[in-house]
Amino acid sequence: MTPLPTSGLGVDLDVAAYALRLGDDALVLGQRLAEWAARSPQIEEDVALLNLALDQLGAARSLLTHAGRLLGPDADGHVRTEDDLAFLRDEPDWTNALLVELDGGDFGRTMARQLLVSAYQVPLYAALGSSADEGIAGVAGKAVKEVAYSLDHARSWVVRLGDGTDESHRRVQTGLDEVWPYAFELFERDPLVDRLLERGVAADPAAIEQQWQATVQEVLAEATLTVPETTWRPTGGRRGAHTTGFGYLLAELQHLHRSHPGARW
Amino acid sequence: MSDYTAAGGHGAVPTTGVPSDERGARRSQPLWEVFVRSRRGLSHTHVGSLHAPDAHMALRNARDLYTRRQEGVSIWVVAAADVVASSPDEKDAFFDPAGDKPYRHPTFYDVPEGLTHL
Repeated sequence: MTPLPTSGLGVDLDVAAYALRLGDDALVLGQRLAEWAARSPQIEEDVALLNLALDQLGAARSLLTHAGRLLGPDADGHVRTEDDLAFLRDEPDWTNALLVELDGGDFGRTMARQLLVSAYQVPLYAALGSSADEGIAGVAGKAVKEVAYSLDHARSWVVRLGDGTDESHRRVQTGLDEVWPYAFELFERDPLVDRLLERGVAADPAAIEQQWQATVQEVLAEATLTVPETTWRPTGGRRGAHTTGFGYLLAELQHLHRSHPGARW
Repeated sequence: MSDYTAAGGHGAVPTTGVPSDERGARRSQPLWEVFVRSRRGLSHTHVGSLHAPDAHMALRNARDLYTRRQEGVSIWVVAAADVVASSPDEKDAFFDPAGDKPYRHPTFYDVPEGLTHL
C-alpha cells in the first residue's frame, strides 16, 4: 500500500466521493480479472491476469482507505476502513462505472474491456499524479506504471486476437462491440467533477477522452478491428444504478466478510 | 539417438509425440527458455521455461512469471527449439574424459601469505 498522510486530514466529502469512484473502479475491475484464476487459456496468462488484478486491488485499498478517512466518523464515531467500504456497502452505494462491472465473457471480451479501461487509466493516473489532493496524487503516482503495463498487455492480446485467426477476430470484435458503449461513462462530467476540477483535484474528462481515443483507435487499427458505430451510451454507475450482474459480483465479494464478520487468515 | 528432442538444454522434455488438444493449443504456443539477470554486473541465468505464442508475449509472460518478486533487471527469452543441447546418450563421451584430469583444477599452487581477493 502507498503510505498516506495521516495528519492534517479533515472531512472532505467531495474528495471522498471522488476517491471512492476511483477506488470502486479499481476494486470491481480487479474482482472481474481475478475471476480468471485457474480459468485462463494457459497458466502463463493466469498469472498475468492475477498480477493485473492485484495491481488494481492495491490501488483500490489505498483509495478506499483514503476515502474512509475523508468521509469522517459515522453516527457511532467510527471511521470507515477499507474493509467497511469494500464489504459492507450495498449495491446503490457503489459508484464504479458500469464498464468495469460487466461480465468478463470470453477471453476476447475480457481483453477488449481491459484495453478500453487501461487506455483510460493511463492518462487518468498520469494527470492525477499532480492532483491537489496528496492522497490521490500518491496513489496515482504509483499506479501509473502498473496501468501502463496493463495497457501493454491488453494491447498485445487485442492485436494478436484481432489480427489472428478468423475465430479469434470474430470473438474479440464481438466482445468489443458489447463493451464499447459503456466506455463513455468514464468521461462524463457532473457537478462533483466540476467542483473538483476547480480545486485542481480531479482530472479533466475531456482531456482524458482525447488521449483515450488516440490510443484505442491506434490499437484497433493495428488489430484490424472495426470501431463500433453506436450512439447508445449506457450510464448510471456513478449514481449507484448498476447492471444485473453486479449484484452477483458483490455477493461473491462480500459473502465471506458478511457471514463471518472480521474473518482473517 | 533418443527419441527426445532436447528442449531447453536439459535434454528430457519431449516436444514431439506430446498429445495436444484438437485446436493444437500447445503447437501454437511453443516453449521458450527464460534467462534473468538479477542485477547489474551479473550474467543472465536460466530460471525456467514457459509457453507463449511469440517472442513479444514470451517476454511479457516471463516478466509476470519470473520477476514478480523483483528477481531481475533484465530478461532474455530464447525459443527452446533454437537451443542446441547435448544428448543424454552422449554423456559418457562428452563428460567422462574430464573425470581423471584433476590437474586442470588450479589446486597445485601455493597461495602466497597475505594475498587477498583471490
